[in-house]
Amino acid sequence: MSTTAGRAAGQPDEESRRGAFSSRRVFILAAIGSAVGLGNIWRFPYVAYENGGGAFVVPYLVALLTAGIPFLLLDYAIGHRYRGSAPLSFARLRRGTEGLGWWQVAICFVIAVYYAAVIAWALRYTFFSLDEAWGADPEGFFFGEFLQAGDVEVTADVVPGVLAPLALVWVAVLAIMVLGVQRGIGVTSVVFIPVLVLAFLVLVVQALLLPGAGAGLDALFTPDWSALTSASVWAAAFGQIFFSLSVGFGIMITYASYVRRREDMIGSGLVVGFSNSGFELLAGIGVFAALGFMAQAGGVPVGEVASGGIGLAFIAFPTIISEAPAGALIGVLFFGSLVIAGLTSLVSVIEVVISAVRDKFDTSRLTATLVVVVPLSVLSLVMFSTTSGIYVLDVVDHFVNQYGILVVALVSMLVVAWALRALPGLGDHLNVHGRPRVGAGWRTLTSVVAPVGLAVVLVLALRDDLTAPYEDYPTWLLLVFGWLLVVALPLAGFLLARLPWRAGTHLDGPPPGSDPAAPLHATPTADPVPGNRPVTGHDEGGLR
Amino acid sequence: MSTAAIVMMVVAMLVIWGGLALAIASLVRHGAVEDRAESPRRDG
Repeated sequence: MSTTAGRAAGQPDEESRRGAFSSRRVFILAAIGSAVGLGNIWRFPYVAYENGGGAFVVPYLVALLTAGIPFLLLDYAIGHRYRGSAPLSFARLRRGTEGLGWWQVAICFVIAVYYAAVIAWALRYTFFSLDEAWGADPEGFFFGEFLQAGDVEVTADVVPGVLAPLALVWVAVLAIMVLGVQRGIGVTSVVFIPVLVLAFLVLVVQALLLPGAGAGLDALFTPDWSALTSASVWAAAFGQIFFSLSVGFGIMITYASYVRRREDMIGSGLVVGFSNSGFELLAGIGVFAALGFMAQAGGVPVGEVASGGIGLAFIAFPTIISEAPAGALIGVLFFGSLVIAGLTSLVSVIEVVISAVRDKFDTSRLTATLVVVVPLSVLSLVMFSTTSGIYVLDVVDHFVNQYGILVVALVSMLVVAWALRALPGLGDHLNVHGRPRVGAGWRTLTSVVAPVGLAVVLVLALRDDLTAPYEDYPTWLLLVFGWLLVVALPLAGFLLARLPWRAGTHLDGPPPGSDPAAPLHATPTADPVPGNRPVTGHDEGGLR
Repeated sequence: MSTAAIVMMVVAMLVIWGGLALAIASLVRHGAVEDRAESPRRDG
């Protein structure tokens, strides 16, 4: 069984069972779709502005090149070499580390529950843009008429205006996920990522033509070089790169496992990493050009209108849309971009869970999708279509990002690099078909620089949250939906790891047929090996 | 816009979008080499 044919024999069955992307282009677009999310549009511009403006380019690029891309390649190497969901890949790496994979799956489950709600808001606002439904008071409209947010408490009072678009988002997600890896995620990415880039380019051009756009760009890009001596600025750059690239919580491991074995994962990773940053830069230009217009219209400095996150999207932008010429177009492009960017990221988050369920249990794609998406959608609808949805969402988002993703990413990296000492083998795997090759530099960045960067971000976040309650929310809310939740996630992960694998699962090292050095086409024999056919994209046997 | 802001904007564009262009060019070139290397086996 040590022959080439023997090594490749298990591949076709496994790939047709799990699904696969039909080409490198589809994989890259899907990975870009995952990385480019809401954070690129509404987080990066404000983080850059707040942390040195033009000078932020320096720590941002350092973080991208020394931590973001090296970590992205680590995720790719794990998924591509061990050809499984996060739990299966970690189990194949070393049985005892399977819990890390399930920890990542648990994080993705929680993120999916609330992420869909923000997409639903953006979907509703796409249509609100047409008639400027917010009137003269976008802030009052958003919190009052639209979300109907009252006191900070947990209620069961449903808001129909949120429930309907949220249900629609989940129907769309269900349809995409049922269709599978290629026909669902792959086709969605191939269609929507070019649309997203085109729509945002038009938006940026529109924003640059507004009066005051130059002042906005001036505010964003004027460098404050003193910021480079601040640890918090460097931490912000590392944090932005980690949150933005979708690394460290199972997505890139899962997607890489769907890529044919003879593929340049290094070159693909560089394209994905720079595409993600390229879109962030585009978003920064568009957002701050629009904010410059808003500041000029209001007769105030840009600093007074600059904001990020929900405040930027649902309060500042409606104001801009109301005042700008062709405001409805800007609104549809902006909120439409949020919907597309959010949706392609959401499906990647949910695929982590579905893929793990399919690998662990003997289920069809349809069954696994229903088992995952139905509870997710019910939880999402129950928790985030109510008048208390925004408070819970804000707390869960903050804690899961800071102490879920960051901690699991840090632990995973340390385990792979230092406990298992798996980096040399993973580097060799990447180098078989990857260019430029990775070597000692990559191993150092992945085992030292990236973990140190993550640790600093984590410590500073912890210091802030222990110094003052996040956003002055009541302690019980922070405890239940913040601290307890992030403690429960690894516990859930390591409990799930105790469940038995489906019969026949290969767990000892890379699976048969995963060797990228094996010939793609073996010499024809009397017993041809179907696994030597190139991967053409699979959808897991349809809707079994 | 101030000169410093223009310079930093151009630097950011050149490095990030230039890096993307280089990464795509490298991937396409390397991919083409890989495909050519495999073609005799495919034909065979």
